[in-house]
Amino acid sequence: MKYEVIIGLEIHLELLTASKLFCGCSTAFGREPNTNCCPVCLGLPGSLPVFNRRAIELAVTAALALNSEIRLWSRFDRKNYFYPDLPKAYQVSQYDQPLARGGYLEVDVAVGKRRINLERVHLEEEAGKLVHAGHSIIGSGYSLVDYNRAGIPLLEIVTAPEMHSGREARLFLEDLRTVLLYAGVSDCKMEEGSLRCDANISLRPEGSSILGTKAEVKNMNSFRSVELALDYEVQRQEKVLSGGGSVVQETCHWDEENKQTITLRGKEGSSDYRYFPEPDLLPLVLENTFVEDLGRSLPELPSERRERLREQYGLEKEEAFLLTANRELGDFFEKAAKAYPVYDNLFNWVQGDLLYQLRENDKKVEEIDPNLLAGLLQLLDEGSINRPVAKELLAEMVQSGADPKEMVRERGLERISGRDRLLPLVEQVIAENPEAVENYRQGKNKALAFLVGKVMAATKGRADPAELNRLLKEKI
Amino acid sequence: MPFDFGKEVDHVARLARLSLEEDEKERMAGQLSDILKTARRIQELDTTGIEPTSHVTERPAVLREDRVRPSLPLDKALRNAPRREKGFVKVPRITVSEQDQK
Ligand SMILES: [Zn+2]
Repeated sequence: MKYEVIIGLEIHLELLTASKLFCGCSTAFGREPNTNCCPVCLGLPGSLPVFNRRAIELAVTAALALNSEIRLWSRFDRKNYFYPDLPKAYQVSQYDQPLARGGYLEVDVAVGKRRINLERVHLEEEAGKLVHAGHSIIGSGYSLVDYNRAGIPLLEIVTAPEMHSGREARLFLEDLRTVLLYAGVSDCKMEEGSLRCDANISLRPEGSSILGTKAEVKNMNSFRSVELALDYEVQRQEKVLSGGGSVVQETCHWDEENKQTITLRGKEGSSDYRYFPEPDLLPLVLENTFVEDLGRSLPELPSERRERLREQYGLEKEEAFLLTANRELGDFFEKAAKAYPVYDNLFNWVQGDLLYQLRENDKKVEEIDPNLLAGLLQLLDEGSINRPVAKELLAEMVQSGADPKEMVRERGLERISGRDRLLPLVEQVIAENPEAVENYRQGKNKALAFLVGKVMAATKGRADPAELNRLLKEKI
Repeated sequence: MPFDFGKEVDHVARLARLSLEEDEKERMAGQLSDILKTARRIQELDTTGIEPTSHVTERPAVLREDRVRPSLPLDKALRNAPRREKGFVKVPRITVSEQDQK
């Protein structure tokens, strides 16, 4: 039997505020454990939470960027559970009155664009961090807790169950990340945990309209592992179903090392969280103008930039896509384009040699001055240097940040051209290599390439091979 | 069908990580029953035309500016922790299955 795969995602991201959601403690990463804590985020009796305006602004901005409908009246609730990373024994979250409902993202999938709908966007607080002593699951008898992350504003985004493969889920997630990065609400680093993703996945016989029993997959720490984990889970459930069994509602962990999902145990209903309205926080009521102002100051989003790049620079769809998905590369291109407006050539160098050298030298594009590349390409276009020299200078420019123009001046790398300067060299090479000359006369074209190489070496690589070709043919 | 308060107490106690003695369970089942009875009496009130209310005042929440303020010194922050180690709070090991109760 053929099965249809149904996937819904739950995404959490830490918002880029200076202080926590309900207190003035710093959100800075990498501080000594438990030094960014106060009575509010430790849940000490008598302390009271107060909303951070910036966190609300960022949450609204994110929701607007995702076409979600902002609800001017929303409420916060306590989600009760006992776990050592939660100092209050409840998480302040939003239950039935979230900050925003609905929304969607247009995702480029194999078969063109597809709209993935969102169910809701809401704001909650981050938990602390457990450091497990010992490496294995059995390990030693205790864990260590750091509450520095506890209380950092966390945005939760829930999608509709509308994705049909691990690949689609990954593409959605990558696009979502790009949108949120452009919106400037989070640094979205999956490896560091500022962007996290859980998935609900179920299978049903093709054509059926009843949802199958779902499993929840957690602990996917990269875009790749989201795809791998979900593909693995599809196969596992398919095996269970086609063997006549039924899928048990459960939570599993993605085991990155062994590339498999591990069942934890049967999932409990959400009523076990015993949600109730947070008495310490009054409802969040936003003014219409507050939301409108944020909507107006929304930064350029990826889809808009793609469109503009194509229009402004005449780029192809895939080219604009590359420069948008890699935001810093796009910024580099646009800055270089101001000084060097031959856009197609600029793009070829950026996509080809520049990206290659960045990879080779393990550098980030932000470390490179776009004007240096613009200058280098001008030298090449003017004919001051030839292509191989340009490529070498680009490599050095990426390695050391040196200015190609200065390197050319200091090292005398200008191109050698013109009959007056080249003919003596050509004649000398012909005189020194009678055998090759004879071979060429007998129709062996390889011999000509050999002679071009000889003259090129004599110019230390600074001549134009096409010109040498022409001169050699003329003289032989 | 009569409500099984004994079972409910077991369930809530497990969620709250409390281990209760038999006599405690019995006493709490009685208390739980009383509390629910009171709630049921309140529910008898006619509330037609009244919006559900979650807070006693109608005022909206106040927002503060996003400014970092000093946190507690480590010593004070950990004062209530029964056990600590290298600036961390030390807690009993949580197994993977318990972790899922989140
Ligand atoms: Zn705090």
